[in-house]
Amino acid sequence: MPDLSINFAGIKSPNPFWLASAPPTNSGYQVMKAFDAGWGGAVWKTLGVPVVNVSSRYGGVNYRDKRLVGFNNIELISDRPLSHNLREIEEVKKRFPNHAVIASLMVQSRQEWHDIVRASQDAGADGFELNFGCPHGMCERGMGSAVGQEPKVLQMIVEWVMEVAQKPVIVKLTPNISDITEPAMAARRGGADAISLINTIQSIVGVDLDKYAPYPIVDGKGTNGGYCGPAVKPIALNMVKNCAQHPDVRLPISGIGGIENWRDAVEHILLGASSVQVCTAAMHFGFGIIREMTAGLEQYMVEKGFNTIYDFVGKALPNVLHWEDLNMKYKVTANINEDKCIGCQLCYTACEDGAHQAIKLNAGTRVPEIIEENCVGCNLCSLVCPVEQCITMEQTDSGTEHLTWKERTEAGTAPTEFEDEKAGGRHHWVPEPSAALGKERHKTLPGKARLYSGETEVPAGA
Amino acid sequence: MAEFSTPTTEQQFAENFAQLKPVMNRTEALYESSRCLFCFDAPCIKACPSGIDIPQFIRQINSGNDTGAARTIYEANYFGNACGKVCPTEVLCEGACVYNLQEVKPIEIGRLQSYATTKAIKSGKKLFGPGEDNGKKVAVIGAGPAGISAACELRTLGYEVDVFEAKAQPSGLTVYGVAPYKITNEETLAEMAYLQSQFGYNVHFNSAISSRDELAGLENKYDAIFLGIGLGKTNELGLPGEDKINCTGAVEFIAELRQHHHEVAVGRKVIVLGGGNTAMDAASESSRLGAENVILAYRRAKEEMGAYEFEYDLAKGVGVKGLFNVAPVEITGNGYVAGVKFIRTETKDGRVQEIAGSEFIEPCDMVIKATGQAKQTEFLNLIPGLKLDNKGRIIANAHTGQTSNPKYFASGDAWNGGAEVVNAAAEAKLTARGIHAYLSK
Repeated sequence: MPDLSINFAGIKSPNPFWLASAPPTNSGYQVMKAFDAGWGGAVWKTLGVPVVNVSSRYGGVNYRDKRLVGFNNIELISDRPLSHNLREIEEVKKRFPNHAVIASLMVQSRQEWHDIVRASQDAGADGFELNFGCPHGMCERGMGSAVGQEPKVLQMIVEWVMEVAQKPVIVKLTPNISDITEPAMAARRGGADAISLINTIQSIVGVDLDKYAPYPIVDGKGTNGGYCGPAVKPIALNMVKNCAQHPDVRLPISGIGGIENWRDAVEHILLGASSVQVCTAAMHFGFGIIREMTAGLEQYMVEKGFNTIYDFVGKALPNVLHWEDLNMKYKVTANINEDKCIGCQLCYTACEDGAHQAIKLNAGTRVPEIIEENCVGCNLCSLVCPVEQCITMEQTDSGTEHLTWKERTEAGTAPTEFEDEKAGGRHHWVPEPSAALGKERHKTLPGKARLYSGETEVPAGA
Repeated sequence: MAEFSTPTTEQQFAENFAQLKPVMNRTEALYESSRCLFCFDAPCIKACPSGIDIPQFIRQINSGNDTGAARTIYEANYFGNACGKVCPTEVLCEGACVYNLQEVKPIEIGRLQSYATTKAIKSGKKLFGPGEDNGKKVAVIGAGPAGISAACELRTLGYEVDVFEAKAQPSGLTVYGVAPYKITNEETLAEMAYLQSQFGYNVHFNSAISSRDELAGLENKYDAIFLGIGLGKTNELGLPGEDKINCTGAVEFIAELRQHHHEVAVGRKVIVLGGGNTAMDAASESSRLGAENVILAYRRAKEEMGAYEFEYDLAKGVGVKGLFNVAPVEITGNGYVAGVKFIRTETKDGRVQEIAGSEFIEPCDMVIKATGQAKQTEFLNLIPGLKLDNKGRIIANAHTGQTSNPKYFASGDAWNGGAEVVNAAAEAKLTARGIHAYLSK
């Protein structure tokens, strides 16, 4: 059996799955229930001077029949008195001494930071997470993402915290910034032990078409909230990767963003995270999802022969290059498996309208055909194909040549002028614009009836 | 074998005849519409005789534009609601769905179609209206799918339209001939009322056109006459004993059932003669009315039946037994039906041959003949110059619907010999345009 336990910057946890600082970690009741269900740690809902929240607070993005592929909130930090939270942290730690309880903190002055760090330390917290990410409500008061967006301020506050902290300090970063590594480096300079990312992304998840107000609606009005859920995973993964690869960050990373199952977690880990935090999925499906997550992670590790989480932390990083270092000589071409094709022709329209007109239709069959010489290997057809393994991208180069943009630039073979002969697109097949006309098959005429053909003087039943 | 107790109340009837394709709720429609792939040059459209832009209306449902979906459907097919429920979607649109090739359940196109149109009908939203009055008038004989569709299309083209219907209700087969588990009277009539309110044609009920004088009157008063008269009564088999009490035609039996529901009595043991879809309906309905035994007797082998496979499955599913390779030779009994004398048959070189000496009597107390409908040739012969083919079908131009008497146009069963509601609706639309082209010359 692989060992799922981690030691994240000195914080020990039986598995890498932590609940992120959010509504699910609002109380001792919830955290105990979560630990009981199998979660390895919890970052307590941010402590500070209690707030008063509004209703409603959450907005959802539904895609077709899927609910909450994206989610946002305008809820703030804990609205419960500090003493209540501290007493419950103490209780949880007594019952679960080997689980990670991390106090998320957000206050303003140096003195306040000192006080709250000491208080939560005394309550038994295993570490701290400094909330420099909240993109709504708190940032307008000079906290949350307002700090996360100012590396110098961030560093200063981290230094204040480090003056009194005797437990590991994690800095939670906001994605509402152009370069996530800037605040990450500031956190390191300030002496932080780790970083966690991403916090929510400033967002409006939708607008009510009848009330003319953004969701969530508070008495007919709304405000921007923080975006999260499955939809943000790609953004989070990229930022985790950026921090993990940066030579001046070099801090343990707790990956957050769109983690709903073991696969999402493994992806974060492969890009450099060594613990992961989950919120939206727990809010959507409850704490029970942890069973699938740990089981999936364990199975993955067994199949790959990994004994500990650290066997594969950042394992994908060497394969994440800059664009200019990719091999331009590598070539794939689409291939349609005729036996699997169901004839929906989504690949045809996608290639026709969205790509390179490299798929054609033939009379007498609904199976489209790849025009190999036109195919640039973009992958669009295989992405839209609804049948698994029906359209595959097959390598068509010899595998012997290797040439990157950087190498071309250095060799002087990259285009440098507007009308450069070396432009890659010059060698692609591009149809004449006028060839586009009259191609749509069913411009539906109002009341288009069946089009009869052939004889005119026959009854239909003949 | 009885799986249904005899319904004695409307509620019990409704239970026995529960809708095969109940109208979806919003969540069902959302989930189902989400699955549509939006195929290019979609096979479902091609498989639909009325050519509804199916991927378009499904996408409209999915994005919450149910009204737009109803418009898309009605633009192609005025019987959009009824067709969603009564069409043999298994062999039309849904049969063509590409999911079938992936062993995935095809999109429930019919139910989605009914979902959108039911919503539009219930809301009473005005989606269509008559075109600008062009001063011309068209008479439509028959308020069935063909006649009403023609009336709608003619109204959009600006004609004044009078529909003459022999019966007391519109929609023809849809309210008199379709099995009650496919569509309810309320649904059918609601769609008819909706169409009439949108397009504003006149319907004269209980107004059979049956004499030369009446036809002459129409010829004088109208610029063109549309024949949407459908088919006639059940064919006579010419068997001894066919006049016995409880020996009835399927068309008449179903019409009675549709109108009187649980008040219709059915025998304890019913024999249905025939192998077409109407035979399947009649057999299935008998069973749902509480018959203890229902036998479907067909003169050829099971595989040779004209009925769709799913229709036979439906009948089998409610306990109907098949009796194949038998031909009826006599209806036995003394005043009342007591049985059917059959002779066994075999098919040789495609021809049914009786096996001498193989007669037997199958006792029953009701016989339903689902052996085809007669053509209304007697009436059609009253129209000067109107040519019929050797099967009694009206000969008309396949594009324009114009008959050999240029003032008369035809669509639907009287022209095609008997097909689906959707065929009649599609043909009538085309014919209405044929009338327009003719009168615009």
